[in-house]
Amino acid sequence: MISHIAILPVICPLLTGTLLLLLQKRSLQTVRLISIASVSVLVVLAGYLLNIVSDGEILVYELGNWPPPFGIVLVADRLAVWMLFITALVSMFALLYATQGTDSDGPHFHALFQLQLFGLNGAFLTGDLFNLFVFFEILLLASYGLLLHGGGRLRTMAGLHFVIINLVGSTLFLFAVGTLYGLLGTLNMADLAVKAARAADEDIALIRTAGLLLFAVFALKAALLPLYLWLPAAYAHTTAPVAALFAIMTKVGAYSILRVYTLIFGSQAGNVSDLIDPWLLPLALATLIAGVLGVLASTYLRQQIAYLVIASIGTLLIAFGINTHTSIAAGLFYLPHSTFAAAAFFLLADIIATRRLEINDRFEPGPVIPHQRLTGALFFIAAILIAGLPPLSGFIGKLLILQAALPHTALPWIMGAMLITSLFTIIALARSGSMLFYRAQLQQASHTATGINSQQALTPGFSGLAIVVCLLALCAALTIGAGIISEFTLATANQLLQPENYIYSVLGTAK
Amino acid sequence: MEALVSILIGTLTGCGVYLILRNRTFPVVLGLTFLSYAVNLFLLVMGRLTIGKPPIIMEHMTEYADPLPQALVLTAIVISFAMTAFVIVLSLKAYLEMGNDHVDGKHKS
Repeated sequence: MISHIAILPVICPLLTGTLLLLLQKRSLQTVRLISIASVSVLVVLAGYLLNIVSDGEILVYELGNWPPPFGIVLVADRLAVWMLFITALVSMFALLYATQGTDSDGPHFHALFQLQLFGLNGAFLTGDLFNLFVFFEILLLASYGLLLHGGGRLRTMAGLHFVIINLVGSTLFLFAVGTLYGLLGTLNMADLAVKAARAADEDIALIRTAGLLLFAVFALKAALLPLYLWLPAAYAHTTAPVAALFAIMTKVGAYSILRVYTLIFGSQAGNVSDLIDPWLLPLALATLIAGVLGVLASTYLRQQIAYLVIASIGTLLIAFGINTHTSIAAGLFYLPHSTFAAAAFFLLADIIATRRLEINDRFEPGPVIPHQRLTGALFFIAAILIAGLPPLSGFIGKLLILQAALPHTALPWIMGAMLITSLFTIIALARSGSMLFYRAQLQQASHTATGINSQQALTPGFSGLAIVVCLLALCAALTIGAGIISEFTLATANQLLQPENYIYSVLGTAK
Repeated sequence: MEALVSILIGTLTGCGVYLILRNRTFPVVLGLTFLSYAVNLFLLVMGRLTIGKPPIIMEHMTEYADPLPQALVLTAIVISFAMTAFVIVLSLKAYLEMGNDHVDGKHKS
């Protein structure tokens, strides 16, 4: 059993998703129970795996017992399991929120949700580049369905753009993978790392081309400038639980960048080493600034949060772009924080939007919403978290990144961009908060005049707010456990920057 | 033969890119299809062009064709086929909801 544990996070959502397709005639209650049970199992599994790999062990699972590099391998190292754990937690709360009513807007929500997790977990665990493509396709196909869940004009339009741009991205991915295979004759990432370092001189230019093509694909998934334009519309127009789950989707791109460019094109890779170093940091800085400009210019709350996601990806990739042990560790600390905070904010925005009735979440004076003190307090905490003010985890994450940037030659740029964008984020969020909560009283009369059933305005009620509280509590836990967690992320960064161990674990031979 | 296949892949890719940049959904879907044809061919020739050689071990044979790209292409074909079907349905849905087939849901005519 223990030897098969690495594949369970992939198998479990796949089987559940299939089962839910068969059970679609059953009552929604049954479906919800199975779905929640499956995600709970994932949380436990990821926690257990985290316990196993935290001492530096790398679990390698050979599918069908085909030895690598001929067969496909799943590799559970610290980074992969860390991502699994974050995904399991955020999907748990997204799912719980969805059971408040979103999942009854259309068929197959839970099946798609499980298949999305199947794709995500597979993408984190796989040690094979083509297999990564396949898992990308699985998670994208499920995400198309989830994005369009519930229907609606704007959602269809945003969905169409999302689907087409991702299909183009998939094609580019295949071109890159094909080129690498044609030149190096392998697709196993560990084997690619070995062969890329020993590549013949005449192949170097083509390998670099393929590597940069791959970077373009991952940058598209991560929503890096200039490839982020699909994100705001897609995230702002989909349902809240889906947007909360998608908070992890951009991180798949960031994960892939980290994995591929430390393992295959890392500093030890000879002629193809440090391939994206000249690109990643400037692009990440530009993404952060563009994201925050979007935050300032947004006209409704969910759009603003979508731009905050872009800004957080910018911050995260600045950390990865500095490319030292401490900066990658800081990035890996910032990653769960930004995921949980964005997810909580999307859910909160949905609660606020449904309670403001036809004004929705546009920044216009609206009616006084029920439980406005509690909702307002949660908005305040979420805003502090996401802007990175002390004392919560956003502050610690940004502080760690800035600390790691101190020896870097581009320090003035990094420091300037991160601090000024934080200020702008605070200004923008303070403005939205005062519009949503303080200026609400002016319109109190129109609330009673609309005549809409107040019961409807209250769904999801306290349980929805409780889920937001739980997500914010996770960020608080990140703050309290910052010592232990930053030790773990530092160990993860060390493991990533010494790919010899990974290669040895997979191929069984010293490089 | 290499030159011919290269020109073919290049032409397909060029057509695909041009069509994807059009402003109606139907040409865009066609463009995606062209691109996926191009990439499928590209993957296939990444195992090098060979004629009359077996992909699996046979007696009295010293040279083989690379069987892996064929498996990759098969996967890629299945995925792109499913994606094309999905994007066609989605474009139809968009057309019915918007009343036109502009990719942004509006056109001036």
